[in-house]
Amino acid sequence: MTVIVPRLVEVRQNVLKRNDLLARALRERFARAGVYVVSLVSSPGAGKTALLEQLLTTLRARYRVAALVGDLATDNDAERLARSQAPVKQITTGTVCHLDAEMVERALEDWDLDALDVLFIENVGNLVCPASYDLGESLRCVLMSVTEGEDKPRKYPTIFHGADLAVLTKIDLADAVEFDRGAALASIQAVRPGMPVVTASARRPNGTAEVLAFLEGRIAGMRAPA
Amino acid sequence: MHELSVAVSLVELAWGEGERLGGRVRAVHIRLGALAGVVKDALLFSYEVACQDTPLAGSELMIEDVALVVYCPTCAVERTLESAQLLACGVCGTSTPQVRAGRELELVALELES
Repeated sequence: MTVIVPRLVEVRQNVLKRNDLLARALRERFARAGVYVVSLVSSPGAGKTALLEQLLTTLRARYRVAALVGDLATDNDAERLARSQAPVKQITTGTVCHLDAEMVERALEDWDLDALDVLFIENVGNLVCPASYDLGESLRCVLMSVTEGEDKPRKYPTIFHGADLAVLTKIDLADAVEFDRGAALASIQAVRPGMPVVTASARRPNGTAEVLAFLEGRIAGMRAPA
Repeated sequence: MHELSVAVSLVELAWGEGERLGGRVRAVHIRLGALAGVVKDALLFSYEVACQDTPLAGSELMIEDVALVVYCPTCAVERTLESAQLLACGVCGTSTPQVRAGRELELVALELES
């Protein structure tokens, strides 16, 4: 009788290694082409598309901007964003609840990165799944609207923890919904100590000024000689 | 529910490593951090689905939980946290972004029958 003794072999590797490698390659491509890449994550309806519409329209005067927009179905968001006159491409994920680096790479196939200064990537509206997937972006913004409840960050710590900037959106509605700004800031700082936070309103004139100032500071920093 | 995507990536990775090492994969050992954003039960369920019609069908997924550990700059020691909802030292209360463990989503070892 033969006894089969299993052997245990160590193979330390990140489970999402393939995505991480693709994201790293993308990050290098973006750096070579001098493109600053900003991704947006939030729950559905937090205002990613509305904010992006404003940002594209304003930034277009000073930079060569473009956007990729992820959605499960429909290209409504791409249509909305195309009104800004910036190049926009829809990534329809079907049933997949997040963008990954391969989808971004594929969407960029026929785009000349050298002809861009700033690229936005709007993720699928979801506060859970996009957290695990690096897209090669320079900056990851997490949006949280004042209508969502101040404790969102504590409910979804992973996505807030992995972001570089928090944007409190729909700030024009803050009073109407009795938004507790202090509680929201405390919740953000609890899960991601030190995270910069800005506010935005896509409805008010100059409502995105804080976001623009933050982004332009970062873009200037990227361009400054080291 | 991205655990199915994670499980598919895991099966592909383990499948490739199994072929490289030679032998049937009987079990896959991974480390899963508290801040990895992956739900253990959903991953276990998805793993079975992802294994179907692959050489890993019938293999077992063994998950080692990795606690969230932060470094407290005030106490100058690492502290294990019960939850990701407050990244602060449990002793002195200093908030800290320095995560030392808990982000892991890592294939650690394969149990092979040769």
